[in-house]
Amino acid sequence: MSAVAGATLQPGASRATQAGQPLLEVRNLKMHFTMTRGILSRGAAAKIKAVDDVSFTIARGETLGLVGESGCGKTTTGRCILHLEKPTAGEIIFEGQNLTNLGRKALNEKRERMQVIFQDPYSSLNPRMKVGAIIGEPMKVHGIYRNQKEREKRVAELLSVCGLNPKFMDRYPHEMSGGQRQRVGIARALSLNPHFIVCDEAVSALDVSIQAQVINLLENLREQFNLSYLFIAHDLSVVHHLCHRVAVMYLGRLVELADSDELFSNPLHPYTQALLEAVPIPDPDVEKQRAHRVMKGEIPSPINPPSGCVFHPRCPLAVGSCQQEVPGLRELKPGHWVACPRV
Amino acid sequence: MPVLLQVENLRTQFYTSAGTVRAVDGISYTVNEGETVGIVGESGCGKSVGALSILRLIPDPPGKIASGSIRFQGRDILAMSDEELRNLRGAQISMVFQEPMTSLNPVLTIGLQLCETMELHLKLTPEQARSRATELLGMVGISEPERRLQQYPHHLSGGMRQRVMIALALSCNPKLIIADEPTTALDVTIQAQILELMKDLTKRLGVALIIITHNLGVVARYADRVYVMYAGKIIEGGSASDIYHRPLHPYTLGLLRSVPRMDRPRGNRLIPIDGQPPDLTREIEGCAYRPRCSFAVARCEHEVPPLDSVGGGHTSACFEKARLQGLLKEAS
Repeated sequence: MSAVAGATLQPGASRATQAGQPLLEVRNLKMHFTMTRGILSRGAAAKIKAVDDVSFTIARGETLGLVGESGCGKTTTGRCILHLEKPTAGEIIFEGQNLTNLGRKALNEKRERMQVIFQDPYSSLNPRMKVGAIIGEPMKVHGIYRNQKEREKRVAELLSVCGLNPKFMDRYPHEMSGGQRQRVGIARALSLNPHFIVCDEAVSALDVSIQAQVINLLENLREQFNLSYLFIAHDLSVVHHLCHRVAVMYLGRLVELADSDELFSNPLHPYTQALLEAVPIPDPDVEKQRAHRVMKGEIPSPINPPSGCVFHPRCPLAVGSCQQEVPGLRELKPGHWVACPRV
Repeated sequence: MPVLLQVENLRTQFYTSAGTVRAVDGISYTVNEGETVGIVGESGCGKSVGALSILRLIPDPPGKIASGSIRFQGRDILAMSDEELRNLRGAQISMVFQEPMTSLNPVLTIGLQLCETMELHLKLTPEQARSRATELLGMVGISEPERRLQQYPHHLSGGMRQRVMIALALSCNPKLIIADEPTTALDVTIQAQILELMKDLTKRLGVALIIITHNLGVVARYADRVYVMYAGKIIEGGSASDIYHRPLHPYTLGLLRSVPRMDRPRGNRLIPIDGQPPDLTREIEGCAYRPRCSFAVARCEHEVPPLDSVGGGHTSACFEKARLQGLLKEAS
């Protein structure tokens, strides 16, 4: 029961314990960046709390969606999990090991099991490398399939798993379309047999018809290889479709976390509600019946965030105490966590 | 409602080293006074080039409007002199672009950019222009308009800049605003703010709006009528309800099935469209959608299906629309 002891801090723990040990556990993650005044002056001018006290778990075979608007810290959270960014505080426990304590060698071994797919299929592939070399490079780096023949065989296999003809191996990225390039990025992420993939806006740059192809590919791969995804995106319709559970971030903090269908049919946090109302649904009859209330104001600067609950200046439910107290996540229904004392 | 804009058989081509790109390949459509028309399609389908052609903003070379006519209030824009065109642009037809940072001049204040347009087109004195600029900024929901007039675009957030662009577009009382992906660069809550603002203002002032986007949701929420483009052609047109509930082109149906919907429970796989859009530098024989189409028949290979009316203002460029219609009826 030790995993449930800090239940208020580890949303999702109950579900994860049902399915055994969670694959990934993020505990009280903080990532604060220091801003300097300029190149000539020393010393910190301001602190940006890009990620502030974020906790969640991901089970084996599960997709957790992480949504929020630009600058809410969703990408930074993903980068901290992969240790591309050293977190200011907090723990990242992956397959039972705390990554924040690991030495370089041990960390690199763990990294084989965690991969990333980036948003832009144009800038995330080296334009001077052939597709075969791009997909084969992680295997080379980690010393798997030292024999070139074997490696090529594996690359061909990965390409066909991702729906590309193995002859693409000899092409350069510029000879391919956006959708094909994104498939190459996915094949590269799969090359080391990962258990966990961070998909950072992995389908956002693609056109609707191509996006659907890649979404289906990601779903098929998850089933085939029992993968877990952290799916970071701003497109809420895609997140709802692809994710088992969804976490909503606002200005570096988690404001709500619930099962996907529950969150989308019964959002509780006023920010989540406003966010969902803002998304247009591709059906004119449905749209005619929806209330088109517009949330006032814009996202405040993370350099000087509002006191107390960061959402209070835009919140329709805000009362005086919201300006002082930082709300913690509460489990209002089994598995449905909300950081708002007013709901 | 009387017709405001009538585009007929418009062809815009780009002459590049890779060959002639038929970006817009014979499109015809109308926009009535005061209505909102959505033009949807994926990247490279010609929706933006079609919009830029209306104001003759196609860079020449390499681009050229090869044929067709664009009649605005009965006058052919393609036959206008440079001076007539200057009086039209920004005054009677204005544009809102996708990227508000690149479409505002970064070294001029907001006030100067707003006033310049009005002094030029409306022949206002600097004082009159300034007071109207203040009024416009208030109208688009910018606080402290007096102070904002002295600020530069980089002082404002993306959403605020897009509000300035809308104020600028409305400044000379246009009859038509063309908005090319006006909210694509913005976050979803800001997108909703901007689109609601545009809807309110255009309805209140009776301005017609062409909204060009790849987002099927945006069109469903805001457009009265919709045109769907594919490979430089309009392949279907009609009321929003016709297009979304009774699509008569396999591509439209494919698009609608490709988008996930958050108002429905999860669990179903999406039905994507196979393959990719064609390369527009190559001459396309027959229907451009044929290689991806599950309804294709032999004649689709050689004949280009014309955009036929099926009644009630609904048009479709597909030989097999009757079969599609039958199947959809059966399914529902």
